[in-house]
Amino acid sequence: MSLEAHLRERRSAGAKLLVPYVTGGLDDAWPDVVRAVVDAGADAVEIGIPFSDPVMDGPVIQEASQRALARGATPTSILDEARSLDVDVPLVVMTYCNLVLHAGCARFAAALHDSGISGAILPDLPLHEIGEWADAADDAGVETVLLAAPNSTDERIAAIAERSRGFLYCVSLLGITGVRSELAERATDIARRVKHATDLPALLGVGISSPDQAVAGSAVADGVVVGSALVARLLEGAGPEGAHDLVSGFRTALDDAAAEEAP
Amino acid sequence: MTTIPARGTPLVLGPPGPAPDPTGRFEQFGGQFVPETLVPALEQLDREFRTAWASDAFRAEFAELLQSYAGRPTPVTECHNLSRKLGVRVLLKREDLTHTGSHKINNVLGQALLTRRMGKQRVIAETGAGQHGVATATACALFDLDCTVFMGAVDVERQALNVWRMELLGATVVPVESGSRTLKDAVNDALRDWVATVESTHYCIGSVVGPHPFPWIVREFQRVVGDEAREQTRALLGDDPDYVVACVGGGSNAMGTFTGFVDTTSDLIGVEAGGHGLESGRHGASVARGVPGVLHGARSLYLQDEAGQILEAHSISAGLDYPGVGPEHAALASIGRARYVSATDEVALAGFELLSVTEGIVPALEPAHAIGWLADAAGTEIPKGSSVLLTLSGRGDKDAAQVSEILRARERGA
Ligand SMILES: Cc1ncc(COP(=O)(O)O)c(C=O)c1O
Repeated sequence: MSLEAHLRERRSAGAKLLVPYVTGGLDDAWPDVVRAVVDAGADAVEIGIPFSDPVMDGPVIQEASQRALARGATPTSILDEARSLDVDVPLVVMTYCNLVLHAGCARFAAALHDSGISGAILPDLPLHEIGEWADAADDAGVETVLLAAPNSTDERIAAIAERSRGFLYCVSLLGITGVRSELAERATDIARRVKHATDLPALLGVGISSPDQAVAGSAVADGVVVGSALVARLLEGAGPEGAHDLVSGFRTALDDAAAEEAP
Repeated sequence: MTTIPARGTPLVLGPPGPAPDPTGRFEQFGGQFVPETLVPALEQLDREFRTAWASDAFRAEFAELLQSYAGRPTPVTECHNLSRKLGVRVLLKREDLTHTGSHKINNVLGQALLTRRMGKQRVIAETGAGQHGVATATACALFDLDCTVFMGAVDVERQALNVWRMELLGATVVPVESGSRTLKDAVNDALRDWVATVESTHYCIGSVVGPHPFPWIVREFQRVVGDEAREQTRALLGDDPDYVVACVGGGSNAMGTFTGFVDTTSDLIGVEAGGHGLESGRHGASVARGVPGVLHGARSLYLQDEAGQILEAHSISAGLDYPGVGPEHAALASIGRARYVSATDEVALAGFELLSVTEGIVPALEPAHAIGWLADAAGTEIPKGSSVLLTLSGRGDKDAAQVSEILRARERGA
């Protein structure tokens, strides 16, 4: 399923987009967590493939990654489990580039495709380093989602938008993933600049922790990615039901906001 | 008796060395594998460094600091006793005699000048043994900059003296509890801090690692070691040494040294941490046992498992406890210009005692690996009668407590 086509279609239908992040291999129930968040109204799901040294991640996702690795999760084991998810929204893998390069770009891209994964987000692979991966991903039909940051120049944003596939990930703040009490001041600025540069769906992520923040952010952006807020619940043992509750809360808030905006 | 070049000879910096290719690579190694947020800061740093390093005024100020503050040039000492014992002529480049006691000061003085040029007020650094942390805290005291040092919790414990020194100098030391709680994790947390503070903070990285332009900048600031040593060994030997040897953690003292000799016929040898032995899997020999990958922003050689997860390194010395090596070393290894060997914890301890007893010089545990390796290799890999320039990257005070404990425990056991 094409990530970009699906998100564009949902956007055209008037929806604010919601993409939760789940750490792959966190526990035995993680595939059920993915199904639960889809059931709760996710428009796509990010599946984290844990890396030993996740420099874009704060304590919550670090902890989840370490737990998954301690259980023996590997890219192969996670993709194997992802293959049998059988959900009706696109799946996007989020991981670090060493795991991709280690496997080999072409092999990794083919493995994603074979596991029914539509896209990939590699936060430590900036625009000027994506060449080898992006070519392999294009060949395999995997959409490479690029990130833009609040301190990116407008020219850089334009170049990123040109090469990004699926959607454009707007990092809401200067910083790493984690739960934040407020929407960052610069979130709407980066979203506005990205929207100005491209028609690609623009999603705000990093630090989006509450339905209120999601609503505020998607007043400008096309939607949000929710990571640490969900993973923190999973670490506390919320399980698929807890994940469903949390994501439903975001879904309802975003749908209400969309309904208010509608003419 | 040969005359030892006097300390206090005016310091003249050599011309700027070769830059990596426009993508920040040495051969296929290096690059800029970082979150988008860091890209503007790395571009700014690249720009500032290029301008500064081409400026006579900047180079003069750097040279003056190295001389009047750090105590350069450092001498090359001919080790007559050790030479007699090993049957090879051993010359030591004495970085242990610099202010703060290791080569790390060269790099931080340069980066402190760059920090000031960029108008940033806060500096962060990672540290393993604490030497780079101490050097950074020192430069920050001198330049009146805020300083935060990330240090693995394991290292905080085994290098207590250096923690105290950093705090005395006004730095904040943050013990890192994530991952293996050593140097690799300290770099991770420094990068995480930098992603959030990049507009006001300079990351003063401590070795020839990290994303471009760091490996290049740090090598250029450290090459004073090799440039001085080349002139000094020529004065002593009338020629270049047959072998140039240095220990390799991230690789900054080795890269600084090698750069002075890379266009000579000297054999370049890097000594990595052999830990419990390469077969044990518990070591820090990233060139010998690493595979290409990306960590901390650069493509280089790293210790990894089958899936590509980075493995923990092991070394008796906190400064070599790193599962990777700078990209330029990976490049030198790939083209065969330098070769990389390893010395176990045991060999390093033997080197530590040997240099102390024979020459009255207590080395840091890191260069003790190079001493120990040379003692074993003399007469075999290093033929009798050859000349060797070995960089003594630091002094052993910081390791006194750790080593004395090991030796005492051993005596009790025996
Ligand atoms: C005395 C000394 N030598 C060597 C090293 C290793 O670093 P590098 O390989 O960058 O020289 C350290 C690191 O802390 C050190 O303190």
